[in-house]
Amino acid sequence: MPALASLLCGIIFGSGLVISGMVQTTKVLGFLDVLGIWNGTWDPSLIVVMVAGLVVTGIGYALIRPRTPIFAPKGLWPTATDIDRPLLAGAALFGIGWGLVGLCPGPAIADLATLSPGVIVFVIAMAIGMAAHDLRQSRGARQVEQKLATATDG
Amino acid sequence: MANFTPVSAAIGGALIGLAAVLLMAFTGRIAGISGIAGGLFNPRTDDRLWRLAFIAGLIAAPLAAALLGHAVPMPQMPGSMVTIAVAGLLVGFGTRLGNGCTSGHGICGIARLSPRSIAATVVFMIAAMIVVALTYHIIGA
Repeated sequence: MPALASLLCGIIFGSGLVISGMVQTTKVLGFLDVLGIWNGTWDPSLIVVMVAGLVVTGIGYALIRPRTPIFAPKGLWPTATDIDRPLLAGAALFGIGWGLVGLCPGPAIADLATLSPGVIVFVIAMAIGMAAHDLRQSRGARQVEQKLATATDG
Repeated sequence: MANFTPVSAAIGGALIGLAAVLLMAFTGRIAGISGIAGGLFNPRTDDRLWRLAFIAGLIAAPLAAALLGHAVPMPQMPGSMVTIAVAGLLVGFGTRLGNGCTSGHGICGIARLSPRSIAATVVFMIAAMIVVALTYHIIGA
């Protein structure tokens, strides 16, 4: 049942990406190209996606936060609070990659459905990047055993 | 702003939010795609099933749209596979190092008013905007 619920959530999430157009790299790049403001090509749609997503998530999270999840003993709410170097460096690296192609992890995975060779290469590289990080981490510091699910943000 | 599509953006965004709320309500998890996918590649992960199920759902959505007659067009990708691979590596490594991406930080984190997520979102947005400005208007011009 938890897997079925998770599948349903994935379908809803993916539908949101499809309907909003965020699976299209041109749409995302049209937002990131803020200099397009001067010649009228800038596309602020991504802001609307975020605001709508934030309103629903903000209200929904506030309502369910005191409750126990249906299929889990407790909600794994993130607990980290400090703005540290890995957070900022990771975000910067991610942003550079995002700007180069216009794909972030969600749309990249959803776009696998199109069987685009470029997307397949992107997702394989992304998986290698993720695995490389975890490998480096588990090698470098065994003391960082605090890697509880709640220590991550998303 | 000829390409601005506020209505579909609002509907899509609301669905993304709904999925995030439902995932927490059902499984107690944050709907961060990089975290969900990244967990698959970590040898210490022992909860792969729900992760795979969520990812299967993500891929199923465009297929369902195609069945309903709204096929998702092939995404436009850079001509160079090297650029694509480098970008993929940066997105994969960066989202794991920074503990989240557009969904985990940009939606779920900011919705919790997490200062970490707000900082991360500002940084990756600005970094991406700088890269696009450089590639579109400086190098590409």
